Amino acid sequence: MTTSLQSRANPLASPAEQLRVLATNGHFPAFEAKMAAAGLDPLHATGITVFQINVGKLCNQTCAHCHVDAGPDRREVMTQETAEACIRALAQTDIPTVDITGGAPELAPCFRWLVEQSRALGRHVIDRCNLTILLVPSQADLGEFLACHQVEIIASLPYFRAAQTDAQRGLGVFDKSIAALRKLNALGYGREGSELLLNLVYNPVGAFLPPRQEAIEAQFKRELQRLYGIVFNRLYTITNMPISRFLEFLLATENYEAYMDRLASAFNPEAAAGVMCRYTLSVGWEGTLYDCDFNQMLELPIGFGAPHHIRDFDAAALHSRRIVTANHCYGCTAGAGSSCGGTIS
Amino acid sequence: METYYHPHDLSRFAEMGQGNKELWEKFLQYYNAVFAAGALTEREKALVALGVAHAVQCPYCIDAYTQSCLEKGSNVEEMTEAVHVACAIRGGASLVHGVQMRNVAQKLSM
Repeated sequence: MTTSLQSRANPLASPAEQLRVLATNGHFPAFEAKMAAAGLDPLHATGITVFQINVGKLCNQTCAHCHVDAGPDRREVMTQETAEACIRALAQTDIPTVDITGGAPELAPCFRWLVEQSRALGRHVIDRCNLTILLVPSQADLGEFLACHQVEIIASLPYFRAAQTDAQRGLGVFDKSIAALRKLNALGYGREGSELLLNLVYNPVGAFLPPRQEAIEAQFKRELQRLYGIVFNRLYTITNMPISRFLEFLLATENYEAYMDRLASAFNPEAAAGVMCRYTLSVGWEGTLYDCDFNQMLELPIGFGAPHHIRDFDAAALHSRRIVTANHCYGCTAGAGSSCGGTIS
Repeated sequence: METYYHPHDLSRFAEMGQGNKELWEKFLQYYNAVFAAGALTEREKALVALGVAHAVQCPYCIDAYTQSCLEKGSNVEEMTEAVHVACAIRGGASLVHGVQMRNVAQKLSM
């Protein structure tokens, strides 16, 4: 298993260095030029229907492709004060969905409070779960807590076989993930007729684009049922973003240029028009506002005069804000497109 | 290193349209129709293509269909089996000609 870029003092731990690589390496056209040709530059938000809160970088895993550079060594975590500011902002709006992510978001002390408060406000809550967290002794009652609050679980499982999953997420992660999925199924998650939604996320285990979502979903459903008796609702395919530890992998394996060429040549204007940043507001662990979780990791806060901290939240000013883009955005516009909810077009 | 095959030439494939645009477009139309989902899925067709790529030993096709198989959701175990199918057919094709050798030898021998 790898360790965080930060713990290795790798230059790519710096968002500025990642942006420098993305701006200067390779022969692909600038993202803004592609967007301009598609009539989408400048890109503006169309509203906010997802309030995504990243509660920090602490995680029990250290996945090879992690765009957060999360891991057990990371200490950045949202304070109760910032969590309260999030709920105050949410209460001013009718944003229907609260999407909580990390790291392993469940490890943040404010996680359960955020779930309870969001549900009390009548909002749909999503937990972006790495599955193995359900087997951590301190989280023994996590599954029951999520079920009790009818939290939708979106869980990472890059493949239905151990070799591929463990190559990306660490040795033994696949077996633990299967045990966690069985636990969730036993609670009613993912079962036909149940309101407890269990959706899985496929990330390519390497420098290639994801398959067509419907095709790989059918394959996952067949294989997980056949091999392990596991059921789930939907499979979302998400393209690996060329930042952080996946960028390190691309550079170390000399796949960077070919991968960026692949993303740029697969630019899909229809996917670009529907990118998630147009309807998402992303809040960082320290309260800074971003257009998406990827911009958050590159420390590219909301710009162009819109408020960029949760304490200054102003729904009207953020509603049609101009989106901050750079070359990493090709990760969301390639092929069928990619978002936290899977393919776009 | 100078080699006869250059990986970047694969991206220049469309230059073949410069010699005869009509034939190139007809080929592409046929090619795209062949690889669209039909009685076989796109994933299955990519695995067949990978096996054939090895049988005809086309480095461009091997590069392209290795990537394509991964992007259609296949794994290396499945792809390896597709290559073995190509290998078995190629090997079998040689071996079955041994019957011809045996026929000739039998005819020539006392």
